[in-house]
Amino acid sequence: MPTDLAIFSDRLYMATVGVYVLAMILYGIAYSADRSAKAVLVGAAGAEQESPQEQAPTGGRSARFGRMGVALVILGALLHLGSIVARGIAAWRWPLGNMYEFISFICLMAVVGWLVALRRVPAARNLGLFVLTPVVILLFLGGTVLYVSTGPVVPPLQSYWMVIHVTTISASSGLLLVPGVASLLFLVRRRVDARPDRGPSLLDRLPSAEVLDRLAYRVTIVAFPIFTFGLIAGALWAEAAWGRFWGWDPKETVAFISWVIYAAYLHARATAGWRASGAAWVNVAGFASMIFNLFFVNMVIAGLHSYAGLG
Amino acid sequence: MAATETPIRPAGAAPKQRLAVLRNGWRGLTSMRTALILLFLLAVAALPGALLPQRSLNASLVDKYFADYPAIAPVLDSIGFFDVFAAPWFAAIYLLLMISLVGCVLPRTVEHARALRAAPVVTPRNLARLPHHASATLDVGIDEAAAAVRERLSGWRSAEADEPGGTRTFSAEKGYLREAGNLVFHLSLIGLLIGFAAGKLFGYEGQVIVLSGGGQFCNTGILGYDTFRAGLRVDGTDLQPFCIQVDDFTGDYLPNGQAASFTTDIGYQSTEDLDAGRADQWTPYTLSVNNPLRIDGIRIYLQGHGYAPRFTVTYPDGQQRTGEIQWKPVDLTTFLSEGATKFERPGVTDEQQRRTSQLAVTGLFAPTTSGGPVVTSIFPELRDPEVAIDVMRGDLGLDDGRGQSIFEIDRSKVDSGELVRVARANLVPGQSVALDDGTTVRFDSVQQWVSLQVSYDPGQNYVLVFAIALLLGLGLSLSIRRRRFWARLTPLTGDDGTERTVVEIGGLARTDRAGYGEEFDRMGAELVPESASTEAKDG
Repeated sequence: MPTDLAIFSDRLYMATVGVYVLAMILYGIAYSADRSAKAVLVGAAGAEQESPQEQAPTGGRSARFGRMGVALVILGALLHLGSIVARGIAAWRWPLGNMYEFISFICLMAVVGWLVALRRVPAARNLGLFVLTPVVILLFLGGTVLYVSTGPVVPPLQSYWMVIHVTTISASSGLLLVPGVASLLFLVRRRVDARPDRGPSLLDRLPSAEVLDRLAYRVTIVAFPIFTFGLIAGALWAEAAWGRFWGWDPKETVAFISWVIYAAYLHARATAGWRASGAAWVNVAGFASMIFNLFFVNMVIAGLHSYAGLG
Repeated sequence: MAATETPIRPAGAAPKQRLAVLRNGWRGLTSMRTALILLFLLAVAALPGALLPQRSLNASLVDKYFADYPAIAPVLDSIGFFDVFAAPWFAAIYLLLMISLVGCVLPRTVEHARALRAAPVVTPRNLARLPHHASATLDVGIDEAAAAVRERLSGWRSAEADEPGGTRTFSAEKGYLREAGNLVFHLSLIGLLIGFAAGKLFGYEGQVIVLSGGGQFCNTGILGYDTFRAGLRVDGTDLQPFCIQVDDFTGDYLPNGQAASFTTDIGYQSTEDLDAGRADQWTPYTLSVNNPLRIDGIRIYLQGHGYAPRFTVTYPDGQQRTGEIQWKPVDLTTFLSEGATKFERPGVTDEQQRRTSQLAVTGLFAPTTSGGPVVTSIFPELRDPEVAIDVMRGDLGLDDGRGQSIFEIDRSKVDSGELVRVARANLVPGQSVALDDGTTVRFDSVQQWVSLQVSYDPGQNYVLVFAIALLLGLGLSLSIRRRRFWARLTPLTGDDGTERTVVEIGGLARTDRAGYGEEFDRMGAELVPESASTEAKDG
């Protein structure tokens, strides 16, 4: 039976989605109002084209809406955190026990990762729209199709390892959303840059390829060790719960694949001829494997990790 | 291969040629590009292991796949897609990757050891050409300026040198731990894999079902187990002896039937107890999910549970036989179970007669019955048990040499008429059913059973140690930046005779676009405050 607190958590969740959607709209306005890229194009009319500006625009309508967007994202993240905490208290357990809760936490980590990354790399501001879009889609799916009401979890999940393993894996998955989006847009940006003769388009307002690449790398090198730690914690838990620390369960196998792909990304960044587009493709593949693991393996393939809570 | 080509080449060239081929092959194998390709291959090769059912995990799912896709399943099977992680091509990829890794990491370890002893690279002639640089003329003497640089470089590996004309240079480097972490990470990876392999060679896993209420199991040999997976170097003759007695099993459920907790009280006798002859003393332990028993390097897990209905057959001559064997849960939410409890009539020696008088009690068991005419279970806990049984009589086929499932009867004997149904009834504990010859079958009571797994893996502690080292190495190699710093101080004498010093500094990040700019700017702000330091792009 949903308690008052559980209902409160659900309301906060809805409010969170609403605030994020609003932030998305503001980001959208900021993006389309961003004249900095266009100004360069106009100024360079007839002359040799410069690569569009790299620094975040500091004034004007775009910047104003952009700042409002960031403020709303912060508000949304606070509501989001409140929703997760309330749910944990309502169920009186760690609030990461089913698909709905995983997705909620993954999205929170993606948003927090984005906010921190934005502080470090302000020039990436126009990326906000593209980070929030998958977050809102995921939250919508989580709140509708995958929603389950509060309840306790099965005996195997009643372990402190759940707190350690599931939290770190979900946190790293969420953080890796940011580089996934950044690398995807890096590839778009490179394609745009490769054809300087085509007319001005909205894509000119994407952050520069160099900024996108740096952002992707910086967030990945934070998330990858967390992911590695989460895998090791999972192995320790499996040793206590399933009788062996590694058993090639489908979820483990796909996590292994993701780990190998991200390892390949880090190597690609240090390999001549792979540094640019190659590495970005690898990073996108890495995030695709994480999403595949979250949805397909949880919901379609039966394995030991079948805790999606979808009956 | 190369030897056959020798005639067309001048004598003596062939060994060199072969050496060159080997050397190029080795260089190719240990190059980063090859490592990248091998990493990709590894990821792709593991994919069928996630998408297709695997024999090592669930053989019945593989059988189902064969039944569902009879055309492609044998093809997939012939290339090992149902045993991916034991397939030779999978092993080939990771072994090549390991060789490539060793070939790359060992020379780098030597190189790093050398770099640790070497002095930092001498100051370049033109510091303004470096990605980070700044300069200014300060109103201090060269000694004072040098002292400031020296102080700022504490914690750096640094060296000073004098150039002609009283100029002094500093060269410094920091972040050696990055490469050290990188090497620790890769070497730990090798150690981890060796530990993993050792576990697969010398370890074993066995599953056994033991009845609660005093059932015992001793680790004396493979035959004691229901299933046993031995490592390649395990023949089952030298298992660590210990004994387990299962006293009680408790399952707690929520009102909706979801399990809340499982615990089982057991007693055990370790090798030491057995050697000391303490055969009647049991050390108590409570086994639960997530909480295995660890004795002498062996782990014992509670993996599952179920019910064993107990039946007593009373023959017309007054002889009784009691049977109690596990039935298999077919519905894991209600624990509706099915099984077959088999009896041989006592005192029958004639083979022909034996084969007509064997009995099997087979059917369904509900721990909490719905109470209707068709027995179904509505709750997994043992509250109101009922069985729906068929009593079969005739030849069970127990001695035709083929093994048969303990959960079912041999259907072919039913089809051939050698085994016939002689009664059908729904019974609650205490009720019995009479057969045509006066034999009665009584449903006495219900016992619980637990399924235990015994695991032995001598490599896993090493794997853990290497995993921790791997993580530390990874953290170091990704968080620390390797960077170089140089300074050149040139003395000047002003027109009024005051001592001044031209300070030029330069910096170079040796690692991949990790950002050295901010730190360099801070150093510049301290050492050359008035200058406009040129921050090159962070990459």
